[in-house]
Amino acid sequence: MPDWNKPLPSIVGETRPYWEGCRQGQLLIQKCDACGEYQFYPRGICANCWSGPIKWVKASGRGTVWTFTVTYQNRTPGFDGGPYVLALVELEEGVKMFSNIVECNPRDVKIGMPVQVTFVKANDQVSVPYFKPAG
Amino acid sequence: MDLKHGAAIVGIHEHVTRYAPDKSELQIQGESVIKALEDAGLSKSDVDGLFTASSSIRNSGMNLADYLNLYPKYLDNTTVGGGSFEFHMSHALTAIAAGRINCAVITYSSLARSGGVSVGTGGVARFGHPRLDPSPDSFEELYGLTTVGLYAMIAQRHMHLYGTKPEQLAEVAVAMRKHASMNPEALFRDPITVQDVLNSRMVSSPLHLMDCCVISDGGGAVVVASPEVARSCRQTPVWVLGVGEAMAHQGAGKRDLMYIAAKQSHAPAFAMAGVTHEDINMAMIYDSFTITVVETLEDLGFCQKGEGGDFVSGGRLQIGGALPINTDGGGLSSNHPGMRGIFLLMEATRQLRHQFEGTPRQVPDCKIALCHGTGGSLGARHSGGTVILGRD
Repeated sequence: MPDWNKPLPSIVGETRPYWEGCRQGQLLIQKCDACGEYQFYPRGICANCWSGPIKWVKASGRGTVWTFTVTYQNRTPGFDGGPYVLALVELEEGVKMFSNIVECNPRDVKIGMPVQVTFVKANDQVSVPYFKPAG
Repeated sequence: MDLKHGAAIVGIHEHVTRYAPDKSELQIQGESVIKALEDAGLSKSDVDGLFTASSSIRNSGMNLADYLNLYPKYLDNTTVGGGSFEFHMSHALTAIAAGRINCAVITYSSLARSGGVSVGTGGVARFGHPRLDPSPDSFEELYGLTTVGLYAMIAQRHMHLYGTKPEQLAEVAVAMRKHASMNPEALFRDPITVQDVLNSRMVSSPLHLMDCCVISDGGGAVVVASPEVARSCRQTPVWVLGVGEAMAHQGAGKRDLMYIAAKQSHAPAFAMAGVTHEDINMAMIYDSFTITVVETLEDLGFCQKGEGGDFVSGGRLQIGGALPINTDGGGLSSNHPGMRGIFLLMEATRQLRHQFEGTPRQVPDCKIALCHGTGGSLGARHSGGTVILGRD
């Protein structure tokens, strides 16, 4: 495994289950017990109704590209080596998350394109969820 | 409380430097505050409110008060990106109308250019503290977000939904350069064409280099005063007629960010001012990127959603067009020292003072102007502040 030179997430109590899910190859999102709304990014309260109890549910891992950009210039280490696709992916559950579209030519990415989550191991603690064209 | 006419801009000063490696940010602010008070015919002892935005501790409100040896009764360090100064105007109006203060100074400076800051392409989260604040950085930074990328994503979807063309975005840059050619202080003044914009290199698709604002040093100050103080000042008062402020963000993953904060902030400003879109003679629209102008004009209500591409085309944004905007050349051609919102208030004030009377830069018979500042990133989270100004 090559050294990981991209930024790594900070993992704290309220976000630990998410990263533990990723480590096991599962994309977890949150759903409020009180109001029934999904939310992303994960947080310690329901952002919709502000109630406390919020449960983790396994997302299908399927979604579509809501929008994207092919980025040619970023001096951040790990992103300074050529074009990459930054995207907002809308999950089937209805929440959007930032990610990169991988395993395809950037020129082939289109809005509305079906995508599927895939995980890349950064180190023993962190696997990063990306999206690739749905087979 | 009726806030309309509750305060007026009585003094302005733009520090015209675009490159100032030998000055500190505090010096630029200090020189600007002194000159803006001179412009108003006021002095240090008149100032009882201080408003500034900073992206660093170096030029925070506290350090600025220290540097200037000022003891303000009212200090506001609201920092919500490039549009912070429209928020300051809103807050200063409220503080003056409530009788807390009589004379506020809003000021800003940045050495973004001489400091070699890659404002739009350096990654957006590196100034944060992800270890202490894991959200949202931990869910964004690892994907290589950039400021320009977060605007480009909105441009991409705008094109997808509404058929907006790269040529239409380029029209915004062309109009700003036309105006910059009339501003001797503008960083770039040579005329450009739509094709020049399209030929410039792609930074983050669909935005080319010339769809992006310049990076400069600079700063300035704006003096805002109560009606009583304003009537004693040297300059024609430029009245604050209406203000509105709003935030937009991901909405826990559910907001449609094709609608920007201007959608929320403009209605309160128009209602307070008691004016309609037809009454606006010119507008200062924060132009971090060409798409910012298209989205802002739509969500301010100058045209329907999705019609922004047509609205900005055919020279309609140029002086003599349907809605002249950014008559100083804007961030796309004149200056953009990290944050630009304060310059919107200054150029609107110049136009309302009829400072360019008899020259091509003057918007004829300019009575009412609108400023809208956008700060942050359209595609993730941003602020929007609307200020409507007018002369007697």
